[in-house]
Amino acid sequence: ESPVPLDQFLSTNARNVQALLSCGRFPINVDLLRLLPSLRLVVTPSAGLNHIDLSECHSRGVAVANAGSVACCDVADLAVGLFIDVLRKISAADRYVKQGLWASKTSYPLGSKLKGKRIGIVGLGSIGQEVAKRLEAFGCSISYNSRNQKKSFSYPFYSNVVELSANSDALVICCGLSDQTHRLINKEVLLALGKEGVLINVGRGAIIDEKEMVQCLVQGDIGGAGLDVFENEPNVPKELFALDNVVLSPHRAAFTPETLTSMREIAVGNLEAFFSNKPLLSQVIDD
Amino acid sequence: MESIGVLMLIPMNTYLEQELQKRYNLFKLWTAPQKPQFIKEHANSIRAVVGNAGAGADAELIEALPRLEIVSSFSVGVDKIDLAKCREKGIRVTNTPDVLTEDVADLAIGLMLAVLRRLCESDRYVRSGKWKKGDYKLTTKFSGKTVGIIGLGRIGMAVAKRAEAFNCPICYYSRTEKSDTKYKYYPSVVELASNCQILVVACPLTEETQHIVNREVMNALGPKGVLINIGRGPHVDEPELVSALVEGRLGGAGLDVYEHEPEVPEELFGLENVVLLPHVGSGTVETRKVMADLVLGNLEAHFLNKPLLTPLV
Repeated sequence: ESPVPLDQFLSTNARNVQALLSCGRFPINVDLLRLLPSLRLVVTPSAGLNHIDLSECHSRGVAVANAGSVACCDVADLAVGLFIDVLRKISAADRYVKQGLWASKTSYPLGSKLKGKRIGIVGLGSIGQEVAKRLEAFGCSISYNSRNQKKSFSYPFYSNVVELSANSDALVICCGLSDQTHRLINKEVLLALGKEGVLINVGRGAIIDEKEMVQCLVQGDIGGAGLDVFENEPNVPKELFALDNVVLSPHRAAFTPETLTSMREIAVGNLEAFFSNKPLLSQVIDD
Repeated sequence: MESIGVLMLIPMNTYLEQELQKRYNLFKLWTAPQKPQFIKEHANSIRAVVGNAGAGADAELIEALPRLEIVSSFSVGVDKIDLAKCREKGIRVTNTPDVLTEDVADLAIGLMLAVLRRLCESDRYVRSGKWKKGDYKLTTKFSGKTVGIIGLGRIGMAVAKRAEAFNCPICYYSRTEKSDTKYKYYPSVVELASNCQILVVACPLTEETQHIVNREVMNALGPKGVLINIGRGPHVDEPELVSALVEGRLGGAGLDVYEHEPEVPEELFGLENVVLLPHVGSGTVETRKVMADLVLGNLEAHFLNKPLLTPLV
């Protein structure tokens, strides 16, 4: 709200600021941190942390708290919704009926059965686990790739995303964006997924090489995609608009009133805990 | 086998048509310029009828085919077949149960997610370029919503199992309470509708279940409630459904079936809380092939005097 440029505002007003509430997109980087010498806590209402320089915070002794797993059910619901939509052509068929095309009674193209589909989850964190639980109820089988193998889950683990992709009928991207996951889903992974393969992304756009993905979709090298996130939101490659095997969502996976309320509550809870010298509710521990 | 006449009522599946053509003397009713004439002409050789959800052997057709022995439906629902007449005349009837249960249940959940999370509408929002001008609004959480199921048969149970994975409490209405289930039973559809947030129609269509979802039920479901119909169009009072949605007395609907397919009330086209599908419940490549093989298998068994695979009558 201030008309003054940020660095000036901060050097004048922010010397004693101990806690910062992020709005979820504004980068918390070294330039900003330098202007807040007394900072000890960054709270972000999102689950995503890619806008925060975690190692810089760590080296400055600044704790980081995010939304924990409050959004994971809604995000998992959207991932599953996008998957069913792509396989059963729900959005495409809804368009068809609402344009009055069914009256011609040419039968609508058939979709693909969910049961027996092999799902490759990229990132078996709280979101990935909720996705797995849901898809198992549809008779899908689950495998995953994650930074570390999770011993408490019996799903087959692949240390290599290309191998996971080669053994999956669908990839569901549930991981966070980091240096390691940037463009993780590249041409090799996409080609391994194959002509019948489906890609679902509820992570961050930059985890996928978007240009390659678009080309694969246009050329039919992969079977379809359901996307909630993109490299340069709100810009979406317009080649996707012509495709019926693609379902597009405007980054709304976590956006239900219940989850926003929970995000607000946990952000406030973290701030309260901090100022009462109690343990944070959802501190991000870099593992 | 070549001389056995089989009457196929409407186009339903290319593979099935080709196989029937190979094995039998196939008569395609939809190609006839004059249907009653066509039937009369071939009545003496027709021993089997193949129909589906859209067309079946009614009393008139049965009477017109004196040599009819078996009706094999490419569907699980047999509301278009005059079962009483078939029983009376000793005509066998087969359908395609079990093989399509999962696909229909999957679609029911897909419709729930599409309506509550506005999948189709937000896809439109992105494709139209509106996202560049502003964020899409909030949508309604699906996980944890109470799901009420009308009819706890194969499909109803499959819907329940899937919804439970989303932490949805399940309740149901059935002709009689089921002793082997933990789900909460309500003795009337209105009570069920008053106590759930998403109501799914998953029972067979009979005289008793016509308009089982009427104005009273829709009002009980309410302005935050969502109706999902994966049964048959006539389960729902369609004009009442349209006015309930248009007036906001009902929160939303996901429909795969309609009273007069392929006609769909146009008032629904512009509603963002409504998702409309062209009767694709069992519409996957895999399942339609299995259904076709079941029809073929039943016919083969019958003409070889072997036990039918999935007889109803």
